[in-house]
Amino acid sequence: MIALFRLLPRSLLWICLVLCSVSNTPVLKAQDWIRTGSGLSGQRIRLAAADFKPVGGDPQVPVLKASFDATLYNDLANAGIFDMVSKSMAPPVTPGSPQEINLTQWAADPANASMVAFGALSASSGRLVVNGWVFDAKNPGSPQVLGKQYNEVANEDNARLIAHRFADEIIARLGGGVNGIAETKLYFVSARTGTKEIWAMDYDGQNQHIVLKLGTTSMSPRISPDNSRLAFSSIGKEGWTIRMYSLELGRPVAFPAGVPGGSNFSPAWSADGVKVAFSSARSGDPEIWVADSSGGNARKLTAFRGPDVAPTWNPKTNSQIAWVSGRTGLPQIYIMDADGANIQRMTDGGYAISPSWSPGGQFLAFSWNRKYGPGAPGGQDIYVMDIASKRWIQLTHDAGSNDYPSWSPDGRHLVFERAIGRSTEIWTMLADGTEQHALTHSGKDFMPNWSWK
Amino acid sequence: MNSRNRVLTCLVLLAAVVGFAGCGKKKTPLTTNTAPPLSGPAPTAQLTATPTTITAGDQVVLSWRTADATSVSIDGIGDVPSSGVKTVTPAVSTSYHLVARGDGGSADATARVTVNAQQMAVAVPQDTSASSMSADELFRANVQDIFFDYDSYDVRADGQSALSKTAAYLAANPGIKVLIGGYCDERGSNEYNLTLGQSRASSAKEALVRAGIPSDRLRVVSYGKEKPFCAESTEECWQQNRRAGFTIDR
Repeated sequence: MIALFRLLPRSLLWICLVLCSVSNTPVLKAQDWIRTGSGLSGQRIRLAAADFKPVGGDPQVPVLKASFDATLYNDLANAGIFDMVSKSMAPPVTPGSPQEINLTQWAADPANASMVAFGALSASSGRLVVNGWVFDAKNPGSPQVLGKQYNEVANEDNARLIAHRFADEIIARLGGGVNGIAETKLYFVSARTGTKEIWAMDYDGQNQHIVLKLGTTSMSPRISPDNSRLAFSSIGKEGWTIRMYSLELGRPVAFPAGVPGGSNFSPAWSADGVKVAFSSARSGDPEIWVADSSGGNARKLTAFRGPDVAPTWNPKTNSQIAWVSGRTGLPQIYIMDADGANIQRMTDGGYAISPSWSPGGQFLAFSWNRKYGPGAPGGQDIYVMDIASKRWIQLTHDAGSNDYPSWSPDGRHLVFERAIGRSTEIWTMLADGTEQHALTHSGKDFMPNWSWK
Repeated sequence: MNSRNRVLTCLVLLAAVVGFAGCGKKKTPLTTNTAPPLSGPAPTAQLTATPTTITAGDQVVLSWRTADATSVSIDGIGDVPSSGVKTVTPAVSTSYHLVARGDGGSADATARVTVNAQQMAVAVPQDTSASSMSADELFRANVQDIFFDYDSYDVRADGQSALSKTAAYLAANPGIKVLIGGYCDERGSNEYNLTLGQSRASSAKEALVRAGIPSDRLRVVSYGKEKPFCAESTEECWQQNRRAGFTIDR
């Protein structure tokens, strides 16, 4: 009898495991089209990133090397296109130059690497110099795929920066010419100071810092395609206005189109940086408006009773806008031409919000609660829809309330907001929903926006 | 011998007391078992007051929900719907007592509101703000927040009657300008809720304009779900947060 009780939990666990694996199977199959469309479908290259060889006696070297090695490995692992050789399986050597590497050692089991990234890191006279190579382990006759040298002021930020640059070189070279995202930034809202302000961080969650402190609620940060200006919505004496902050000048710049009516929300840059779409109720009802990025020529695109908000441009063509409308009741995702014509509803029910248009123009990512309603069992999850066919895939499952997906410029990643209870964090994942992990840990982080480059 | 008897008596008494106490405890669940059978499920009732502590003149939102009740009443208010929300302005500390009666019996719920006397006017009687304080009191007595259904910005019947009273008050006090705030519950996105709050505040403004109040006296701002009145994930709290709120616009 006691033995039975001891066995019961274990057998229940096994039943659960079996059920989970069964329910996962169709999801994996459904991911095929999203994997193809987001460039994640190719055979993953077996890549080893060797620890770099420390050179010189500068006392900074061990710290810089540790940051560099960790960042490079992390960037390559995050890329979504490599099958990384774990550090425990890599040969315990640090080849610092092409003369020092023994490729057969890396090509053999257990590393079994196809490609090896390696090199040397030195610090002297306040300069950090990194020499990095990528060699094809299966082509010993002519192995060099990449060779780069970097030279920056010696500090930890630059050790990470050089690692990001080298990672992006490797990703572009081995990943079909698509630029990597290791040097991109994430803009987001954080209430860590007690007020929702605009913050920024590196794509991997490092270097989190406040961008500007206004002391009033700010929301919906959107970085311009050239990284020069940040548009966002903020409440002040005139109500909600679209504000512009120049990252180059380090101060706010005027955006007159975003002021009238005191109800201006959710700005969105066109991919050429020429126009900004946003929601405004200056005409009485919240509608989608568009203006020049200089703040002139504001004009209304939609005209239908009910909330209209959260526009996003098709970055491939700049000729279409997706947005959220409550014209039929619960909010749904719609698309239209950039002049307001050819309105098409994309979602068939539930509560659908926060669209983000993929860089290639093919997909919409958005947040959807398909069974929304008082007492309904639905969850707010991230979905991706193929626009042409309207077929969709659910990327998050049974993990908090998920909102504000934003595509990475390579189209292989999404960043999003996940609230679990009262704690809200920024998360990232591959475009097929795998490799989800949190980037922030304050519990007060919201509304991420991925830079365009 | 004598003292031993006393000790014995004490022990017997103690045992008796403990024994009775034990019996009493055991009997408690029995009382419900022996209650006469009833024809339906027992009603349930919840009543909350927000906030629970105010200064005299401030508003309190009572919200209640019952199930399986055929009649519901709140002492001092009278018969009320099976669930709802009501704004009250108690002058003194009050216990609101709700009774829900149904085929299966009755259920009670109580919400206590502590009212603190307004001390500023007493402490600083010569303060020139004393007159404006009373203007605020009058405003709060005549202008009540209105509440909305889920994902809706249509003014309900209860909101309509509150708005009529507000319009009459504003017509009689043409010097007062009003800031109408639109609020939403915690569900859904911040961005969508900002537009929904905007539409709720606009609905209230439109109703007042239709009632003859000049639109330039009415300013609208949406707070979406950024400034909730309460933070619980319950329908009671969500209902309180789905509102248009009115303040004097100075």
